[in-house]
Amino acid sequence: MDKGKGVMVGGRRWAVDFTDNSTSPSSRDIPDPPGFSRSSQDQDDSTLSRQKKDAESNWKSQKAWEVAQAPFKNLLMMGFMMWMAGSTVHLFSIGITFSALWQPISALQGVGKVFESYKDSRVDLLGPKLLFIALNLGGLALGVWKLNTLGLLPTHASDWVFSLPPAQEVEHSGGGILLR
Amino acid sequence: MDIRVFLLLLLVLVSSVEHGFSLYEDQVGLMDWHQRYIGKVKHAVFHTQKTGRKRVVVSTEENVVASLDLRHGEIFWRHVLGTNDAVDAVDIALGKYVITLSSEGSILRAWNLPDGQMVWESFLQGSNPSKSLLSVPINLKVDKDNVILVFSKGFLHAVSSIDGDVLWDKDFSAESIEVQQILQPPESYVIYAVGFVGSSQFDVYQINAKSGELLKHKSAAFPDGFYGEVLLVSSDMLVSLDATRSNLVTISFRKEEISFSKTHISYLVGESLGIPVILPSKLSGILAVKFNTLLVFIRVKSEGKLEVVDKIANAAAVSDALSFSEGQQAFALVEHVDGKILLTVKLSHDWNSDFLKESIAMDHQWGLVQKVFINTYIRTDRSHGFRVLIVMEDHSLLLLQQGEIVWSREEGLASIIDVTTSELPVEKKGVSVAKVEQNLFEWLKGHVLKLKGTLMLASPEDIAVIQDMRLKSSEKSKMTRDHNGFRKLLIVLTRAGKLYALHTGDGRVIWSLLLPSLRKSGSCKHPTGLSVYQWQVPHHHAMDENPSVLVAGRCGPHWDAPGVLSFVDTYTGKELNALGLTHSVAQVIPLPFTDSTEQHLHLLIDSDQCAHLYPRTSEAIGHALRSNCIGVVDEYCFNSSDLWSIVFPSESEKIIATATRKLNEVVHTQAKVIADQDVMFKYISKNLLFVATIAPKASGEFGKPTPEESWLVVYLIDTVTGRILHRMTHHGSQGPVHAVLSENWVVYHYFNLRAHRYEMSVIEIYDLSRAENKDVWKLLVGKHNLTSPISLYSRPEAMTKSQSYFFTQSVKALAVTSTAKGITSKQLLIGTIGDQVLALDKRYLDPRRSVNPTQAEKEEGIIPLSDSLPIIPQSYVTHALKVEGLRGIVTLPTKLESTTLVFAHGVDLFLTRIAPSRTYDSLTEDFSYALLLLTIVALIAAIFVTWVLSEKKELQEKWR
Repeated sequence: MDKGKGVMVGGRRWAVDFTDNSTSPSSRDIPDPPGFSRSSQDQDDSTLSRQKKDAESNWKSQKAWEVAQAPFKNLLMMGFMMWMAGSTVHLFSIGITFSALWQPISALQGVGKVFESYKDSRVDLLGPKLLFIALNLGGLALGVWKLNTLGLLPTHASDWVFSLPPAQEVEHSGGGILLR
Repeated sequence: MDIRVFLLLLLVLVSSVEHGFSLYEDQVGLMDWHQRYIGKVKHAVFHTQKTGRKRVVVSTEENVVASLDLRHGEIFWRHVLGTNDAVDAVDIALGKYVITLSSEGSILRAWNLPDGQMVWESFLQGSNPSKSLLSVPINLKVDKDNVILVFSKGFLHAVSSIDGDVLWDKDFSAESIEVQQILQPPESYVIYAVGFVGSSQFDVYQINAKSGELLKHKSAAFPDGFYGEVLLVSSDMLVSLDATRSNLVTISFRKEEISFSKTHISYLVGESLGIPVILPSKLSGILAVKFNTLLVFIRVKSEGKLEVVDKIANAAAVSDALSFSEGQQAFALVEHVDGKILLTVKLSHDWNSDFLKESIAMDHQWGLVQKVFINTYIRTDRSHGFRVLIVMEDHSLLLLQQGEIVWSREEGLASIIDVTTSELPVEKKGVSVAKVEQNLFEWLKGHVLKLKGTLMLASPEDIAVIQDMRLKSSEKSKMTRDHNGFRKLLIVLTRAGKLYALHTGDGRVIWSLLLPSLRKSGSCKHPTGLSVYQWQVPHHHAMDENPSVLVAGRCGPHWDAPGVLSFVDTYTGKELNALGLTHSVAQVIPLPFTDSTEQHLHLLIDSDQCAHLYPRTSEAIGHALRSNCIGVVDEYCFNSSDLWSIVFPSESEKIIATATRKLNEVVHTQAKVIADQDVMFKYISKNLLFVATIAPKASGEFGKPTPEESWLVVYLIDTVTGRILHRMTHHGSQGPVHAVLSENWVVYHYFNLRAHRYEMSVIEIYDLSRAENKDVWKLLVGKHNLTSPISLYSRPEAMTKSQSYFFTQSVKALAVTSTAKGITSKQLLIGTIGDQVLALDKRYLDPRRSVNPTQAEKEEGIIPLSDSLPIIPQSYVTHALKVEGLRGIVTLPTKLESTTLVFAHGVDLFLTRIAPSRTYDSLTEDFSYALLLLTIVALIAAIFVTWVLSEKKELQEKWR
């Protein structure tokens, strides 16, 4: 999960734009090479950039879907770990259960950040976001379920009455065998 | 399951180490103390003839035979006989055996004088109850065997002092004589047995000391009749009172004819002084007659003539005569003069000269002198000196010598009636600084030693010093409250009517008070103390006041005798107030109300079933509802009426034991979580009474009833409505029953005749009317009535579970641990027949134990079923000690939830601290602070070193 995010965010750190969009020859010190026609190149240039942008948004949406699906693998992994941990309360099972609870929660908190780098006016991020949230919620549910099987959720009457003080009595009696 | 279960599991894991409460050798005495007593002395025999250890052999009212060191009053050896094995007489035979006659003259024992081991024991036969007399003649020999003469149960026995064989016996039971004295004149082999037949005939039997043959029988009638007992004044003269108690009768019995001589007392003393009582002191030629406070000494001359020698006004006690050099005889006389005691030693033949006269200042709290025993010693200038042993009103024992108290023993503590506690004052700041500075060097030395101990560098001597320091730590004997609540005052009431405050830290007596209201006076002839209650426990707004206790007593042996109340400040030990009541005290009921000065309201029930409310303040009356007493002008007296009664059929059931919950017991929770997260609601009520009845036929001794005709029926009764919640019959079982009731369970101990074993049973009672409260959502939003006040008239449905287990020992007392919040698991404290206190986990007495508990039940801590309860040697809280004559066990909660103070009292006192689930809320005594400190230091060092290294590395990186 972390790994995927890292790749996405740090994917494009710097870029050099080799395309020269300037049209006026005066702005350049260097004369055009012989046989070079600037007009034809201008026309060509716009189609090229549109193509490029299309490719980028495609790539972005694809990546976004990939990111959105990433928790699924995690889910499977977690499920396996939980099965391994068993249903008795000990250090290992408690650790796994709490990490299973913590990961979805932290992921859900950072939903915006995860998809920030794929933000684009032409990319629809709602789908991936929803999937991402759903999968994380699934993970969370798995964690809660595990918590319950460990008996750490107050779902029984005993959890609510275990420390109830005894009810007060209205009557009071005293006495016993006569003092000797 | 929940977090609590998890914690519980941890607890169980911790406490499942079976000897969780056992001690290490070096922990003995660290949190426990033990005091040995003997009780009020009845007889004392000195043994000071030879050089070496000077000792006195005593027998006491607590049925103790003991040998005490005369120099310091320490116990050399001590034997506590059974409760119905009272000592009748003590003497020393052959200079090396202590002879005791006990059990109304049926058991004669010889103990080795130096070490107290029993040499022989013989059971003397006889059927008629009679006076028990023991006589150890100095040189009466039968076949080179020194003879001990015993008269008991209508028989005269001659017993060999070597091996306890009965050489001969003479049966007097057919003669209808009440033998009063046995006399064996040293010069002859004739034993005289003298006594009365009826009230007006005097008989003398002469018996051959070698064979037990009857030599002569003389009889003489005395038409006026006799009253009381006879006193042997000289070897041929007896003195008694006549039936009207106005004449002294001297009887001369060794001549051919028995002759009586009657002297009118008022003729002797000149006026009528009241009812005469002949003191049983043997003064050789003199008798002491007591009239109220006046003591008159009368010399018996030849021919039965009497002559008054002296009258002494404030005499307290007279000892027997003691013969010392050249046949001289001396006796001690003790008088009370101006708050001091005046000791006079007089010679029997020469009244006018006082051999010794000493005045000794004495603590008022010891009261009056009741008994005196005299002994002589040779001073360095070869003259005779005397020392006396005196027994005081409060049962304490003192040795006086050369006008000083050599030692004293507070023997009143051997007969504790009731125990209560009081908190100590709160510590005030800035008090102990000077003390610390003064002992700074000592303090440093102590810490260095301790450090050496923890680092295992200490030599054996150092270890001994460290152990001594631990034992005598001033921390535990301070006179202020401590954070854990271990330091308290135990307020104990003794049979002598004396109140003691003992410090729980080291057991020393902080103060003692011989209650003036429980002393003999004109209006109160036979006062007895009954019980002690906490009267005022200041906290919150009454913090400045000292706490006080209420002592209830009565003037007389019967329960309709008028009562006395006494209020005592527990910090100063002064009596604040005393009330002589017009009504009797049959029962004292502490009420759960206090007034504005934090005085607890108490209801005293008298023998006419009227209730009297104390304290008598207008504020207290605000709690009262019922109508006032009829015919008594007293607005604090209330009528009572019968609410309910349960009649047990008298032909088949007889009450032998009851148990109620302790008033101060705190229960943490009403629910019990059982396996599979199920919940059971405990039936918790302060108004629960356990009653055990047995078949009247089975109330006799062991072995008499057959299993078919004996049964034990137990009841659990709601005392508000009189409803029987549970009834159970144990067929073929028999008392005595000891029971303890706590929370929602009762444990009781009885004898199973069929199995020929002792059994312990447990009954747990659960409330079914609450069982429906199992809806989580309702509980979640608080829609339940589990904590709302309930009335027992709503008749909550109850369910019980019970189980019986064999227990190998018979029991003297049964108690249960109590803690401040009631969270800690409980332990039963069993006072065993061996006078020890055994701690048994309540988990062993769980009715839900089964042969194969499920996994969930195991997790809950249920032990697999076994037919008998284990006795784990390490779980004796008294470890190697014995609390001789154990009568009661009191448990006191401390502020630390895990810990309980256990006070066991009998002839001895014992106090210790126990933690039934181990001290989970504090570090244990043996926690290695040194290791913790070392770890911390090492970690800090490691952090520092790695920090420096990393700094260096970073710098190098930057230079590269």
